[in-house]
Amino acid sequence: MSIRGKAYIMGAYEHPTRKAPDKSVAQLHAEVAAGALADAGLAKDDVDGYFCAGDAPGMGPLSMVDYLNLRVRHVDATDTGGSSYLVHVAHAAEAIALGKCRVALITLAGRPRSEGMATGTAPRAGNPAIPEIQFEYPYAPTVANMYAMCAMRHMHEFGTTSEQLAWIKVAASHHAQHNPHALLREVVTVADVLASPLIADPLHRLDCCVITDGGGALVVVHPDIAKSLKRPLVKILGVGEAVKGQFGGNVDLTFSAAAWSGPRAFAEAGVKPGDIQYASIYDSFTITVLMQIEDLGFCEKGQGGRFVADGNLISGVGKLPFNTDGGGLCNNHPANRGGMTKVIEAVRQLRGEAHPAVQVKNCALALAHGTGGSLGLRHGSATVIMERA
Amino acid sequence: MGMSERRKIPAPEANPETATYWDGARAGKLLIRTCGACGKPHHYPRALCPFCFQPAARWIEAAGTGEIYSFSVMRRAETPYAIAYVRLPEGVTMLTNLIDCDFDRLRIGMKVRLVFQDSAGGPPVAMFTPV
Ligand SMILES: [Zn+2]
Repeated sequence: MSIRGKAYIMGAYEHPTRKAPDKSVAQLHAEVAAGALADAGLAKDDVDGYFCAGDAPGMGPLSMVDYLNLRVRHVDATDTGGSSYLVHVAHAAEAIALGKCRVALITLAGRPRSEGMATGTAPRAGNPAIPEIQFEYPYAPTVANMYAMCAMRHMHEFGTTSEQLAWIKVAASHHAQHNPHALLREVVTVADVLASPLIADPLHRLDCCVITDGGGALVVVHPDIAKSLKRPLVKILGVGEAVKGQFGGNVDLTFSAAAWSGPRAFAEAGVKPGDIQYASIYDSFTITVLMQIEDLGFCEKGQGGRFVADGNLISGVGKLPFNTDGGGLCNNHPANRGGMTKVIEAVRQLRGEAHPAVQVKNCALALAHGTGGSLGLRHGSATVIMERA
Repeated sequence: MGMSERRKIPAPEANPETATYWDGARAGKLLIRTCGACGKPHHYPRALCPFCFQPAARWIEAAGTGEIYSFSVMRRAETPYAIAYVRLPEGVTMLTNLIDCDFDRLRIGMKVRLVFQDSAGGPPVAMFTPV
């Protein structure tokens, strides 16, 4: 059984805030839920499925379902970090295809900027019952240095350079200049990235994503409901999920779980990487983008550095327009989880509602991909391929 | 940048499944857990082999040598430190720190040897330093 064409994304909303000291996390969830339902042209009581992840306060979905006062018959609180919301799109499509719900609401929100969280640079202790904690925490793995080790190995194996990685940030900044909500709107150069301070070798400050408050929400619906609404139809064609870790000590940092989730999504969608007109690629760090582009099949393994260089990711300039909202690198990375905004910008592109300066002409086929957790320790990948119907 | 300073190491919290590993560390030994059925070594140690789910009944003492698979120097820390994956000749790659060295001279492929560093109130922790 396939979910191809069995569900549509009809509501998408990105909170305009990037710093919200005057709001609660639950309130932000409610605001994005209301925004996405209004976008779809649906009412709160139409929702019969609810999806959230670890950013949602409370036990799994319970507190949020109660706070939002939803009457749902299907819930899913799968947490794979920043890729959770792509997993939720996949699971929502599966639930809708099986008749378990017809209007699925997915929300994300958080306030790491207001709370002064040292997201990337502070080791997190974690619950001692987590099996790896005692073998990792003493060594102070952080988000930044674990992604940095992937970059270091990639450079060693394939000759990738810091200049090539910098091109990813440069492309994101070219897009962000057109987004009035973007946290960083200044266009930067390769030299700017290389001149920014080293955070964890070989990653510079401008290789890292922003830390923002905010959130986003999606509404995934049954085809019959989709066709009754006034918004452009964004059909889900294929989804894929995967989890990658350390293989019991056979560590391999040269690829991500996108190498598994990507082919699953492409097979279900019945399309090839070369068919994709727009791609939202998870950009917690520049190296994240580079490895996923290879693993999703946009270029051969090891060729990512050459592929991203010279503006090849800039809309209207290069072969693979990516993250036209400015992505996590420049625009928004709400709650330190970038998967939601990846789907939202892909939906904008398919609707023709991206900023005119970055809109891909006649965009009919788009991909959104997320990596959550730590690329160098263990992470979850999810890929969603969508079509304008 | 010269010889690195040592960072304070938080105490690892052992449990019944991992007590042998940390007892080994107290005796200055890096123990690698190995399957009684399929014979494969793994790391970090589990009671059941992560390759075949049979009891990982044996522990072997690592020779204490290895080479750097990847590393990164964390510049944004109170005391900068080098995190690394080190490949052991016993057949596993482990997360660790590279200590007592010049961070600017670290390279992938460099030969390293085991050194234990005391943790704050817990067992010593296996680290590596360039040979
Ligand atoms: Zn075994």
